[in-house]
Amino acid sequence: MLKINNLNAKVGEKSILNDFSLDIKPGEVHAIMGPNGSGKSTLSNILSGKKGYDVSGEIKFEGIDLFSLETEERAHKGIFLAFQYPLEIPGVNTNIFLKTSLNAIRKARGENELDALEFLKLVKQKSKELKFDEEKLNRQLNVGFSGGEKKKNEILQMSILNPKLSILDETDSGLDIDALKTVAQGVNALRKKNNSFLIITHYQRLLDYIKPDHVHVLMNGKITKSGGPDLALELEKKGYEGLN
Amino acid sequence: MKTESSQNSREKEIEKLKKYKYGFSTDIENIKAPKGLNEEVIRFISNIKKEPKWLLDWRLKAYQRLKVLKEPNWQKPKYPKINYQDLYYYSAPKSFKEKPKSLDELDPKLLETYKKLGIPLQEQKRLNNIAVDAVFDSVSVATTFKDKLTEKGIIFCSISEAIQKHPELVRKYLGSVIPLTDHFFATLNSAVFTDGSFVYVPPGVRCPMELSTYFRINASDTGQFERTLIIADKGSYVSYLEGCTAPMRDENQLHAANVELIALDDAEIKYSTVQNWYPGDKDGKGGIYNFVTKRGLCKGKNSKISWTQVETGSAITWKYPSCILKGDNSIGEFYSIAITNNHQKADTGTKMIHLGKNTKSKIISKGISAGFSDMTYRGLVDISKKADNSRNYTQCDSLLMGNKCGAHTVPYIKNKNSGSNLAHEATTSKISEEQLHYCQQRGLNSEEAVGLIVNGFCKEVLQQLPMEFAVEAQKLVGISLEGSVG
Repeated sequence: MLKINNLNAKVGEKSILNDFSLDIKPGEVHAIMGPNGSGKSTLSNILSGKKGYDVSGEIKFEGIDLFSLETEERAHKGIFLAFQYPLEIPGVNTNIFLKTSLNAIRKARGENELDALEFLKLVKQKSKELKFDEEKLNRQLNVGFSGGEKKKNEILQMSILNPKLSILDETDSGLDIDALKTVAQGVNALRKKNNSFLIITHYQRLLDYIKPDHVHVLMNGKITKSGGPDLALELEKKGYEGLN
Repeated sequence: MKTESSQNSREKEIEKLKKYKYGFSTDIENIKAPKGLNEEVIRFISNIKKEPKWLLDWRLKAYQRLKVLKEPNWQKPKYPKINYQDLYYYSAPKSFKEKPKSLDELDPKLLETYKKLGIPLQEQKRLNNIAVDAVFDSVSVATTFKDKLTEKGIIFCSISEAIQKHPELVRKYLGSVIPLTDHFFATLNSAVFTDGSFVYVPPGVRCPMELSTYFRINASDTGQFERTLIIADKGSYVSYLEGCTAPMRDENQLHAANVELIALDDAEIKYSTVQNWYPGDKDGKGGIYNFVTKRGLCKGKNSKISWTQVETGSAITWKYPSCILKGDNSIGEFYSIAITNNHQKADTGTKMIHLGKNTKSKIISKGISAGFSDMTYRGLVDISKKADNSRNYTQCDSLLMGNKCGAHTVPYIKNKNSGSNLAHEATTSKISEEQLHYCQQRGLNSEEAVGLIVNGFCKEVLQQLPMEFAVEAQKLVGISLEGSVG
């Protein structure tokens, strides 16, 4: 589904990712763990199409060159990023934002757009599943939301948009145990034969609830070690320095 | 085979049309007054409109006053000197020499023009429930829904017709809010105004539909000087909407309208404007100078006047729709969205003059500047000595797009009453790359993203518009900012 070959990324003179390679197959859950400054967020930014990086190498999403696609086209093709710091958009009702987003994606795919009633039905069902307070959907997008609410809102958006590849950028940081479970529940509910996940995290904690197929350690812009779920536990015990 | 240059110019034309969809002009023969500003021209206008002597005298008095008035020059946007002798002050489609009695008699070309503009002139479009008076260049063309309004005793017609049929009302109120001697452009208007709308709502009547005027400048070198007068008698209510477009011309055209509102005891007037005059091309060539005087008088106790404006057009917008809160407990409101893009300039805001006791005013201004444009909010809140227990709340928010535009806030506050209360809040923000990226990651393209963010920013004002126009205004906000994100 996602194939990254020898990706290099620089900001100015500073090199952040060095010959980074990764292969995610349909239905797989990959976790990337790494210390601060290892290049985790740069990876998610580049995958989502954020500008400002000097990149070389190759990224293919379902066989298409990702660099040939604009940010919104990547979203249309099924890439979703749960932001580490979800943005506030004053004056924009959360429900309206969600509906605009869903319909923009459906339209780009040639599917018919949902009307207000169909949309509300969908959003009601998904909020219920994720125990998301529906009342918050009538508030301005992320304005006055707590850190946990913002993250849960990202997961709600993810479950409504039903993407093929979901990238979770430190979605677990700053969450209490209940919110953490909600996030995991959202991911597990979407986990199907064709949906893949890239989970970027500092801690092993989230992986107690979402069992990854592969765990990678990212250090200085490069994957230094890959393994199964056990690798995360080993990391938790020994720390990044203790590896190798 | 086409030559390359003609193909180029054709492409250019198409490109232009895409930018401003109202930029067509209609090929209609016009009757014009001779070029220039003098007593003869004023007599010509008054004569062709068969005006009573008192009005001609009034116009001439304004003209005498104009001779000693200086064009103001304190505003931020400067413009090249206007040669007032090089303008036409009256231009009317030839077929109007005798005013048509019904829509069927209208020049079909005119009807076509209004169709292009999307104005529901035809009675069969009554479903829209909006009564329209349309002003084409200088003459009011037709007023729809007249019968339905007459039933309730509401007068809605062109001001020329009102001068003939209701001279006592016009004489009583014309110039009572904007005096003859007010300032250069207002006085110029008083001397040469050609047409406009007139509304009178009798005591206790709630006007059952939105009243609307559509202004369009068509002929070149023509100034448009409309005069609108709205009177809400005791305990009445009216909501009025004004829309404007103009064809694309390379030269600048002057638009200097006067609008006077009068609300008597317990009456309410809601006046909404969607201004979309031709803004000039992306290099700042052409466009309308929109130098308009709008003022409302809350004459009676418990009266209310509310201005809502969405200003997206014109090369220069220079106006301050104001409220004089004379009646005790009267309320003035000003809700504004002003958008400038490319090389547009705006210096706009309001004046709230508190004279009566317990008077309240509220100002919500949202300015958005993009491209190389420049925007100034200028507002006055003046609380007089006798205006006990008065209140004002002002909120001015500016949104900048890119780093070549400007936004300025100039509030003037005069409080001569210690028992009164004023609050002023102002913010300036930018649409961040991060916000755009977030929206794009959710599938919106950059223009949709900007439209969404800007509409969120303007929400408090958009909510004030009558429903039918809120949707149109929302789209207009998006269109005005097209191409402003790189």
